[in-house]
Amino acid sequence: MNAPAEFSTLMLGVLGVLAFATVVAQILRARLGDGPVIDNLVARINAWWGMVALLAIAMLGGRGGVVILFAIMSFAALREFLTLTAKSRADHWALVASFFVVLPVQYALIYSDWYGMYSIFIPVYAFLFLPIVSVLHGDTDSFLVRVAETQWGLMICVFAASHVPALLSLEIAGFEGKNVLLVAFLVVVVQLSDVLQYVWGKLLGKRKIAPSLSPSKTWEGFVGGTLSTSLVGAGLWWMTPFSPVQAFGLSLIITLMGFFGGLVMSAIKRDKGVKDWGHLIAGHGGFIDRLDSVVFSAPIFFHVVRYFWSAV
Amino acid sequence: MLRSFLAGNVGNAIALFARLVTAVRGIWQGVDPTRRQRIYFANHTSNGDFVLLWTVLPPALRRETRPVAAADYWLTSKLRSFIGRDVFRAVLIDRNPQTRTDDPVGQMVDALKDGSSLILFPEGQRNMDETVTLLPFKPGLFHVAERRPDVDLVPVWIENLNRVMPKGEVIPVPLICTVTFGDPIHVESGEAKAAFLTRAETALLALKEGAV
Repeated sequence: MNAPAEFSTLMLGVLGVLAFATVVAQILRARLGDGPVIDNLVARINAWWGMVALLAIAMLGGRGGVVILFAIMSFAALREFLTLTAKSRADHWALVASFFVVLPVQYALIYSDWYGMYSIFIPVYAFLFLPIVSVLHGDTDSFLVRVAETQWGLMICVFAASHVPALLSLEIAGFEGKNVLLVAFLVVVVQLSDVLQYVWGKLLGKRKIAPSLSPSKTWEGFVGGTLSTSLVGAGLWWMTPFSPVQAFGLSLIITLMGFFGGLVMSAIKRDKGVKDWGHLIAGHGGFIDRLDSVVFSAPIFFHVVRYFWSAV
Repeated sequence: MLRSFLAGNVGNAIALFARLVTAVRGIWQGVDPTRRQRIYFANHTSNGDFVLLWTVLPPALRRETRPVAAADYWLTSKLRSFIGRDVFRAVLIDRNPQTRTDDPVGQMVDALKDGSSLILFPEGQRNMDETVTLLPFKPGLFHVAERRPDVDLVPVWIENLNRVMPKGEVIPVPLICTVTFGDPIHVESGEAKAAFLTRAETALLALKEGAV
């Protein structure tokens, strides 16, 4: 594997932050004793070690590794999403096709770099053909709700998520062979933004930003988290094709999209009456709870970078 | 010897497959997964129901927990018979009162005598009507419980499996399933059959609310 040198530097930084967080959590536990808050913090940090390890292995595995990792995450996310959506027995084949045809084909298209097809496969082909599969069974009860919710699940969990590995297909002059750093940049900025908004919110948070959607989100957390993350993002310019100012602007776009993505996905959880999307990642909830901000920022980041920087 | 070794591995393979497809999660709400003798009684919408319940049991409990199943389904082919008899060690019951030679209640009580726990579907058949949550219970649960009042009767709600694998379909949709274990109930002294069965149905239905 020939990962770019910047990747090792970034990994050292990330591992340093995680080690620091682990030590702080242990000190807090020693000082304050066990409790649900500390337990959750430790569980979250432990899950972060696992997620960072997985991402690092995937990125060292190159194009195939990243595509396979995100295909698996899409599968887990789609399963969480479609578990909660409206469906009837008439949708069985449409659902089977979503998991075992649409998802693998989308990632195969990403792997084979066919931009013209992977950008329209789900919005055009799945969008038109899956309702046809459902309608052939003749059940018209809540038909529009059923097909719309299935399509929404595919757009969010497969189409949008697949734009993370799609970053590998951009061609930026002077940045050849380093595209995996774009993936790392996106993931680090998004996840850091979640963490920093949480930290700023805990430290200073007073005014709730969307009390009916997400009671823990505050204006202080939002402003502090967004700005500090964008500053860190600007400080990561050396691993990107961007200047520090450009890196700041892109980080701002990523964090804003991530923030609003979190709100949208919270609204869906409220609507469906659940607190978390799933239970697979200890302390974090489900895959979608961890991915919601990534899926909202990835396509926009992809298209902005593609339009202004990429040759294809 | 070879047969039991094979049966053990097939059992583990089936449990792994069930986990991969349904990411099934056991919610031990009313009881802990400990080695007490129990009758787990659950709702029944799919042939995979007992596999799912069995999968979320810790391996030590799996070995001593036997599903109560219909002989007319499990003895129809060699493969089914191997899975039913050797892998799950099912207590096979003839559902047709005209032809049967064994008394189902007696068979279940015998199995309890050996120290096994049981998995029982008191509806007596799969519930195919999506508008009905639970079919009325058959009296078997009451008769067994009356003869063995010391055994815990644990209600178990299985959520979503009928969507994973609707009747007649071959390929499963990998949706998430949950298996929720409630507070154990017992037959109270002098309690009438109908009153007990209603209480058992209510205890099972109460679990549905929290199961997502």
